[in-house]
Amino acid sequence: MAAPALPTDGADGAGLALERLKKRPDIGGRVFQMTLLSSLLFTLLVLVVLVVQVVGDGSSVLTGRLGSFLTDGLSARPARAGIAQGLRGTLYLCLITAVVAFPLGIGAAIYLEEYAPRNKLTTFIDINIRNLAGVPSVVYGILGLTIFVKGFGFRSLTGGSTPLAAGLTLAVLVLPVVIITTAEALRSVPQALKEAGYGVGGTQWEVIRDHMLPYAAPGILTGTLLSIARAAGEAAPLILVGTTTGYLTRVPSWFDVSQVRDRFTAMPIVITSWARQPQDGFRIDNAAAAIVVLIVFVLLLNSAAIVLRNRFEKRREA
Amino acid sequence: MAERVGDDVAVEQPTVLDLQDLAVYYGAFRAVRGVNMAVRQNEITAMIGPSGCGKSTVLRSLNRMNDLIRGARVEGRVMYHGIDLYDPRVDPVEVRRRIGMVFQKPNPFPKSIYDNITYGPKIAGAPKSSFDELVETSLRKAALWDEVKDRLKESALGMSGGQQQRLCIARAIATNPDVLLMDEPCSALDPIATGYIEDLMHEIKTEYTIVIVTHNMQQAARVSDRTAFFTAELDSDNDRRTGLLVEYDLTDKIFSNPSDERTENYVTGRFG
Repeated sequence: MAAPALPTDGADGAGLALERLKKRPDIGGRVFQMTLLSSLLFTLLVLVVLVVQVVGDGSSVLTGRLGSFLTDGLSARPARAGIAQGLRGTLYLCLITAVVAFPLGIGAAIYLEEYAPRNKLTTFIDINIRNLAGVPSVVYGILGLTIFVKGFGFRSLTGGSTPLAAGLTLAVLVLPVVIITTAEALRSVPQALKEAGYGVGGTQWEVIRDHMLPYAAPGILTGTLLSIARAAGEAAPLILVGTTTGYLTRVPSWFDVSQVRDRFTAMPIVITSWARQPQDGFRIDNAAAAIVVLIVFVLLLNSAAIVLRNRFEKRREA
Repeated sequence: MAERVGDDVAVEQPTVLDLQDLAVYYGAFRAVRGVNMAVRQNEITAMIGPSGCGKSTVLRSLNRMNDLIRGARVEGRVMYHGIDLYDPRVDPVEVRRRIGMVFQKPNPFPKSIYDNITYGPKIAGAPKSSFDELVETSLRKAALWDEVKDRLKESALGMSGGQQQRLCIARAIATNPDVLLMDEPCSALDPIATGYIEDLMHEIKTEYTIVIVTHNMQQAARVSDRTAFFTAELDSDNDRRTGLLVEYDLTDKIFSNPSDERTENYVTGRFG
């Protein structure tokens, strides 16, 4: 059946046609669009308020004595307290978490995606990994306390409540997420690329190493860097593992590796302990400044993840 | 007898691939049954037929690409120079070096043109010193050398579809295979690119044995020496359709005077 013809006869012919083609008000669509926009604006507003509040509170420290704030250790006096030990602790934590979780997580994902058979056992394992990704971090803290701090032979390795113990705990915390994002990235490799690799006589490992991993690199990188950023901000596991909230005697050099087996503190703990002090200098000024530093750190990690991901994605699309 | 008009000598070419009662299963489902055909050396053998009758399945079983699919299984034998390709002692990696494949949609590696071609030989252990010459030889055979010789280090993904497919042919040739399997190599290309590839097939068939699956009957008639016609029939046990080989003969005969009615119906366009 032919579509109804636009009326063109008569002097009004053109006018009638335009009438049919004119935009009609799409009320439902506009309301929907406005609702979405306001959700976005509200979210941004919350974020902006948080950031403005925190930057405002910390501005006296950040603008007044940023240098000493970054290089001083913990102190009883607000004006002399700094986050040097907190920064070292957080950095070493991230390093240890990365060194432990990445090879284990990526390796496990490769095995599960490429080598493991599909049966009830592997399905069960897969479900469990997904569940573990959602377990509250405080539970991992208890696990870390029991295993890495107190016993199972690990105490001799970690030396108790140390960055090593906390790093291992955080590694276990992020491991499920690393596995899941790596597995997703591997699954996104087009079948055509794998077939091309096998077609010229590649073994399974050669196809994985030379084709799948490079293709999946952006996804894997994003997942791993984001998981480190998350681990950097976790407080509950650190509390349970016994991160020092009081004072530490020394501010070790950045490269003094022995600090991984020493008592330590980290940024989230410094922030929480300062936020509970009675003095305004700690509770408002120092805590806010420390929060800003932590946010900057996490932002840098996330930006690195995005930049690297974009670079790798460009490479695979010419 | 393989006598053809215009040939000086009627010589039966030796058999390179001998399919003996080949059947392919995906899990419990039998996709193709009872294929018996002998692919002859330095001939272009076409496999034609309607969709879903197992042509690609059979083609992929010739270089063990079906191994990549979970649950895929083969019954019968594929004899290659006297060895059953599915013998448990045979390494599929070695098979794929000798029996190369070109796929329906061009799939170059996201690497440079040069690296695309050298990848196969590199993992097979070829020395780096041989690479430059290998790249030039392969690209010349694929009729691509003149177009890309000044940009070998550029990404392969920057080329047109037709060029990418010729690169994939060059890549397959680089491992110095015996046999080249082509799974609808031109179906994603325009007619001019298709023409280039058909000419190329004629050029290289003196050095390789080519098996091509195609939906395009005219292409099969233009290009091949022998044609195998497949169809699919309803399985008596279940409601699935199983592919089978109906007729396999010289191309001229298949298209001018087929023996089986089903073949005749297909090539004259009554169905398919």
